[in-house]
Amino acid sequence: MSELTIDVNEDNFDAIVINSDKPVLVDFWAEWCGPCKMLTPTIEAIAEEYNDKSSIVKINVDDAPAIATKYGIRSIPSILLFSKGEVVEQRVGAVSKEELTSLLDKTIEG
Amino acid sequence: MHKVIIIGSGPAGLTSAIYAARADLNPLVFEGVQPGGQLTITTDVENYPGFPDGILGPELMDRFRKQAQEFGAKTLFENVDRVDFSSKPYKLYVGDKEYETESVIISTGASAKLLGLESETKLMGFGVSACATCDGFFFKEKDILVVGGGDSAMEEATYLTKFASSVTIVHRREEFRASKIMQDRALNHPKISVMWNSEIVEMHGDPAGKGLESVDIRNIPSGEVSNLSTDGVFMAIGHKPNSDVFKGQLDLNDAGYIVTSPDSTATSVEGVFASGDIQDFTYKQAVTAAGSGCMAAIEVERYLEGH
Repeated sequence: MSELTIDVNEDNFDAIVINSDKPVLVDFWAEWCGPCKMLTPTIEAIAEEYNDKSSIVKINVDDAPAIATKYGIRSIPSILLFSKGEVVEQRVGAVSKEELTSLLDKTIEG
Repeated sequence: MHKVIIIGSGPAGLTSAIYAARADLNPLVFEGVQPGGQLTITTDVENYPGFPDGILGPELMDRFRKQAQEFGAKTLFENVDRVDFSSKPYKLYVGDKEYETESVIISTGASAKLLGLESETKLMGFGVSACATCDGFFFKEKDILVVGGGDSAMEEATYLTKFASSVTIVHRREEFRASKIMQDRALNHPKISVMWNSEIVEMHGDPAGKGLESVDIRNIPSGEVSNLSTDGVFMAIGHKPNSDVFKGQLDLNDAGYIVTSPDSTATSVEGVFASGDIQDFTYKQAVTAAGSGCMAAIEVERYLEGH
């Protein structure tokens, strides 16, 4: 796993995601989720590019089921983009790097 | 110019890649929207020879890919969205990017069929799912529906009882076409019940809110429609070949499968071969897909030698 993505669980979720002053892209995943593994290289590439402008975070739903429930996650991979503690964008399933970076750009500028 | 491009990365495509790479054809593999193919959304694969203790589907496919790469196959996480087989060299397009190749192996496989409702598309991932092993986890102590009557519906329903408090199978007919052993396993399960002669005609819910909340179910004999609250709907009504990109370029049968010559993977266009579930509507197994992927690579090798 890339050192640029941050592993978040129920203990540090508020500190890293909710209270962040930068946009936070959260990737919900699990070991048993094949499609999630396919998304990993995309997420890591984005982390490399956007590390200074945003936080790129991974949440293992097995370790943080309460967060998954709270945000109504019903399928993974699911990507949530947070800004000022609120969900501003959501994508489910396979998603391209271009789509995610355009969401990030929009949120960073906004 | 490439000698051979392989479209798809399930057991068929990656076996073609292994053989083509070993034959020094420097294959390029476009992995598509589901790298590793349908096995990546399964759990244990218990019938692939050589793995007496079973192996996880995604792990098996990682091994296929690694083996292909070891011999020099290049794999890209890209999806081919247009092809032109009208003249040689054949052209494949990923967005605006064009790739030219002397030969092509198509192994784009199949994907889950859906009902075709607008509300179903809208709620996909928000309570509607075509993959129990992917999404079952999120339905702990929920009441859910499984649509279908074949082996995969029985398997999904049984699997989902690990999470859900109740699973109702919604089936259009008054009997299942699933094998006896799979039916028994489902029907004897205390959490599973069945709504016979029924079909979902509408789904209700807001993807931005609580997701799926209820469905309208029509009783087919009476035509009566009733609303049923549910937290999830899992689709298991079979598969369709991923052949949209090849319409008008290759001969397809009525169900959309690519037509291949008997005892061959040759399609209606010379130098274009098809293997795995995109042309197999009979066996649809990982091992038969791998076998036909091997055939395709050998046929490509012979084709290139002759041209």
